[in-house]
Amino acid sequence: MASQLRSAVTMRRGEDESAALPVAQVRGMSRVFGERRVIDGLDIDIAPGEFIALIGRSGSGKSTLLRALAGLDREVTGEVIVNGTTAVAFQEPRLVPWKRVAANIRLGLRAPDPQAVSSAALAEVGLADRANAWPLTLSGGEAQRASLARALVHEPRLLLLDEPFSALDALTTITMHQLVLRLWRLHRPAVLLVTHDVDEALSLADRVLVLSGGRIGYSCRIDAPRPRDRDNPDLITLRADLLAELGVTMEGIK
Amino acid sequence: MSGPRTVALAPDQTADPPRTASPAVAAVAPPAGTGAGRTRLLRSKALRRLISPVILLALWQFVSSAHLIPASKLPPPTEVWSTTMSLITSTSPAYGSLQGNMLVSLERVAVGFACGATVAIILAVLAGLSRLGENAVDPLMQMLRTLPLFGLIPVFIVWFGIGELPKILLIALGTAIPLYLNTFSGIRNVDAKLAELGRVLHLSRRELLGQIVLPGALPQVLVGLRQSLGVAWLALVVAEQFNASAGLGFMISQGTQFDRNDVIFVALLVYCVLGLLTDALVRLFERRALSWRRSFVAQ
Repeated sequence: MASQLRSAVTMRRGEDESAALPVAQVRGMSRVFGERRVIDGLDIDIAPGEFIALIGRSGSGKSTLLRALAGLDREVTGEVIVNGTTAVAFQEPRLVPWKRVAANIRLGLRAPDPQAVSSAALAEVGLADRANAWPLTLSGGEAQRASLARALVHEPRLLLLDEPFSALDALTTITMHQLVLRLWRLHRPAVLLVTHDVDEALSLADRVLVLSGGRIGYSCRIDAPRPRDRDNPDLITLRADLLAELGVTMEGIK
Repeated sequence: MSGPRTVALAPDQTADPPRTASPAVAAVAPPAGTGAGRTRLLRSKALRRLISPVILLALWQFVSSAHLIPASKLPPPTEVWSTTMSLITSTSPAYGSLQGNMLVSLERVAVGFACGATVAIILAVLAGLSRLGENAVDPLMQMLRTLPLFGLIPVFIVWFGIGELPKILLIALGTAIPLYLNTFSGIRNVDAKLAELGRVLHLSRRELLGQIVLPGALPQVLVGLRQSLGVAWLALVVAEQFNASAGLGFMISQGTQFDRNDVIFVALLVYCVLGLLTDALVRLFERRALSWRRSFVAQ
């Protein structure tokens, strides 16, 4: 009841980026859709530069949390504080079809030399030769790389990834994972990756969170160095734990 | 070249230019990859669109020459042509000159269209971007839409007299409605996900409008534009038949008075040509402005 009364959301999108400040602090966040309380008093802290994977069953509110952090949801209650700039890469790349790829990267960019910035960003994701292409002519993987480049040119302190690889084929996904890790090391944003793929979470994240019942139901840290071997015994144990948290056992669904 | 037909169709004869007009030979034209082959293919496509009008013209001449329909009802093409020439070369007291009338009509359409289009786009943006705007503007436009445009002429004459104003207003009104309806629905159908992207990228309202909303609505706006131009020419004829002293519609009403069907036909044909030209202009613009879409279709 208390969180219902405290209905104002605090959104501080300050320029204060001193390294000590957490990137995001969420306290008692709730979000109600009609009768359903999708997020229910959720707390979360995101430290600078950490790579978090958020997993959960479909409809568990993963994307709702991400949208709240992106400032796209004005109806959440509780306290959501984000210190510094955020950038989002969506599940569908959302490239503006009537702008060429380079112009898409520059969209909304306030930099002294946007041309140079977009060229560098495209080179970074291996799309230098597609700068003048129309988005509709890109493959799924290329479009998603362009979307990542567009998010990163804003030098975000928090990079939000909303299931960006879920529509890609398995081989493309592997190269995208390597690319994301490389870009993360290069730019060092904190990353919140929303995914339903346990293996993806295990191979990428420093910390894996499971969203269930509207809160963080489970949290674990992974210290194994990257690139990670899927057959690492620790990861195998963790995978079973995570699947159990999600309600999946080797025998089937609980 | 008077050899047997089978020889004319042999593969080594396909480069023969006059033959490319026929679809059968165009199909065996050199591969589309070569520049010459592509232009030839395009030209033959354009030529193919001319086939049916040419047949119609021939039929018309035949009907007239065979006296199936008297010249007083349907003047033969040759007569229409000579009337056209005499209207161009001389200024008759009854009709004026063809080019003079055309200029007057073009000016009316241009001014009326510009006014109507400007108002339509402004209103559509207002209605498309806010609920308040929609509630204020849309019901009025929906009401106007159902009004018979030409039923307004007597009212316009009472209100604005018989000068240029009622004519321009009629064209403007006829233009505004299809353009408004299409622009409004174009704006409303812009992908909400792109609007959300605009928020994430902190686009200003102006950037959002100029880079996301309006370009996104453009395909639909152009559909509206073509409809509008059609209505504009239509409204012009009607408007000019009332108390005009120049213009194509004036020529038609004079022709009716003096029982000169050939003059009426000249004016009607000029309408057709001008209508086609303006449509081609929009299509040209469309090809350039929507090239992002064409490259997708071409895939």
